[in-house]
Amino acid sequence: MLRVAGIPAWGTYRRSGVVTRLAIGALTLALAILLIVLISLSVGPVSIPVRNVASILIGFLGIDVGDVSRTHELVIQQIRLPRIIVGATVGMGLGVAGATMQGLFRNPLADPGIIGVSAGGALGAVIAIATGAAGLFFMSLPLAAFAGAMIATLVVYGISTVSGHFSMATLLLAGIAVNAFLGAIVSAIVILLPDNGALREILFWLAGGLDSRAWEHVLMSLPPILTGIAIAMVMARDLNLLMLGDDEARSLGVNVVPVRLLLLVVGAMVTGVAVAVSGTIAFVGLVTPHVLRLLLGPDNRVLIPMSALGGAVFVILADTVARTVIQPAELRVGILTAFVGAPFFILLLIQNKGRGYSL
Amino acid sequence: MTTAVRVASLSVEGLTYTIQGKRLLDSVSLRAEQGELVGVMGPNGAGKSTLLRALAGVIEPSNGERYLDGRTFRKVPPRERARAIALVPQVAPIVHGFTCLELVLMGRYPHMGRFQIEGATDENIARQTMRLTDTEQFAERTLETLSGGERQRVFIARALAQQPRVLLLDEPTANLDILHQLRVLGFIRQWARDGATAIAAVHDLNMAARHCDFLVLLSEGRVIAAGKPEDVLTAENVRHAYGVESVVYRDPHTGALTLSLLGPSDGISARRNGVRAY
Repeated sequence: MLRVAGIPAWGTYRRSGVVTRLAIGALTLALAILLIVLISLSVGPVSIPVRNVASILIGFLGIDVGDVSRTHELVIQQIRLPRIIVGATVGMGLGVAGATMQGLFRNPLADPGIIGVSAGGALGAVIAIATGAAGLFFMSLPLAAFAGAMIATLVVYGISTVSGHFSMATLLLAGIAVNAFLGAIVSAIVILLPDNGALREILFWLAGGLDSRAWEHVLMSLPPILTGIAIAMVMARDLNLLMLGDDEARSLGVNVVPVRLLLLVVGAMVTGVAVAVSGTIAFVGLVTPHVLRLLLGPDNRVLIPMSALGGAVFVILADTVARTVIQPAELRVGILTAFVGAPFFILLLIQNKGRGYSL
Repeated sequence: MTTAVRVASLSVEGLTYTIQGKRLLDSVSLRAEQGELVGVMGPNGAGKSTLLRALAGVIEPSNGERYLDGRTFRKVPPRERARAIALVPQVAPIVHGFTCLELVLMGRYPHMGRFQIEGATDENIARQTMRLTDTEQFAERTLETLSGGERQRVFIARALAQQPRVLLLDEPTANLDILHQLRVLGFIRQWARDGATAIAAVHDLNMAARHCDFLVLLSEGRVIAAGKPEDVLTAENVRHAYGVESVVYRDPHTGALTLSLLGPSDGISARRNGVRAY
């Protein structure tokens, strides 16, 4: 983390109360989301002026806004809006998963992608697709991804606490090992699978993207992710105390084991569900809470809801750039977030080393 | 052991704690009463920190009972316990980015409902305890910019902000300069006199003798002496617990019970045989 002291203007906000910081953060990020959504709805192969976008949106609310293009209305309703909402949902989930894991692991570099939780979710989903279980019922794909993410979480958590305390190096190395191992299993499944629809579905989806996301994906991901965020917000104060250590948390009245387990489940659930609808999109959970911590401080009661909004901003923005920058072709959103996130991660590594973290 | 004339705020009976085959506490019984500052002394590894952590409910003893105001710990919910008992750890942890005021305000969490956010009253209490520990000037600074001793005082402020009836301190003066050693132990004693209970692990025997009302001497997880300072701090007890020869007297300037350390017991006996060995 960078120091806040050098930025006087933000410094004053940083030091104001929880409610003030929540209000300022929420207002700013909500405006950012509105702006980016309007732009994102307007750009693409079919260009729709922002004014028409606004009219169409207002029209959806049942208010008569006069003549709008039926094509434009369909593009927004059937293609762009569900894609943006899925992107926002995935961003919210990954942002909150990152903030929660950084607190739980007492480690600023924890991120669902880096420590292998996303890979666990991916494997769960791949197995579901390969075996055909994904088609069993509406929620079977997200459930399989959740199960995979949960197993990966427990493995990484177990390894990184084996010495009795958290170590940054052990966590990151455990993440590398888990990522490689799970990746190998996915590769094996892909190679052994006969070339049919399932294979194409897996390959399409492993790269991490939001193309052809529809309303069914919104329905699949939004309720569980909002639930997870709500639970994380309720537990945010306990998470503050857990960051100080188990003894500290216990002596301040936290029931450490069940609270930690609940938060691990929440992290795995939101990551798994996000992965189920978008594939693995890396670094959102790392970059979002970090930037917000600089501006609003480390208090999880502020950080968790703001990471949800910030993650949404990040993913919608990245996806908008990804699908417009080389038109008519499309980059995938995961490529964009990695372009931003990987250098950011390296910067954090260098900085944390300088600040005396034991790596 | 003192007899229970008044109801003890915090007491333990037959407390035993074994971890990985090592017995860190061995049937420890003691009671701390209202208005007292109890000093826990003993050599390294005697079980001082373990005892305090068990008293705070941070670790579960293998055997024995703990009572808060006569109620067994099992019947006290964690949050209620946190409103009654506060622990100042020996080594204050660092969490990057939190300001000292934010940290002290965490002491208010056990008093707040789950959806409540700290208000003006909580902030007043926090600032007041920071004034007591001479840390108010650090309120807006982040924890990692403080020295070890400054951080320790911030953690004492947080424990006080919990407004506990029982304050547990693990080596509260270990990192403090002499001015703050005197101030911190002084106000903790005063705070206890005003109706609370404080139990502190103290390394410095002279500090313990000077400030504590009641002393407990631990050795290898057992209580080997407990009582008023003049009964516990004897040359014989010090030799038994630490293996150090000493002279105990009243300091003419402060009137406090004072120890002069002569040297390791084996060194002294060697010298008596005509060999200077220490």
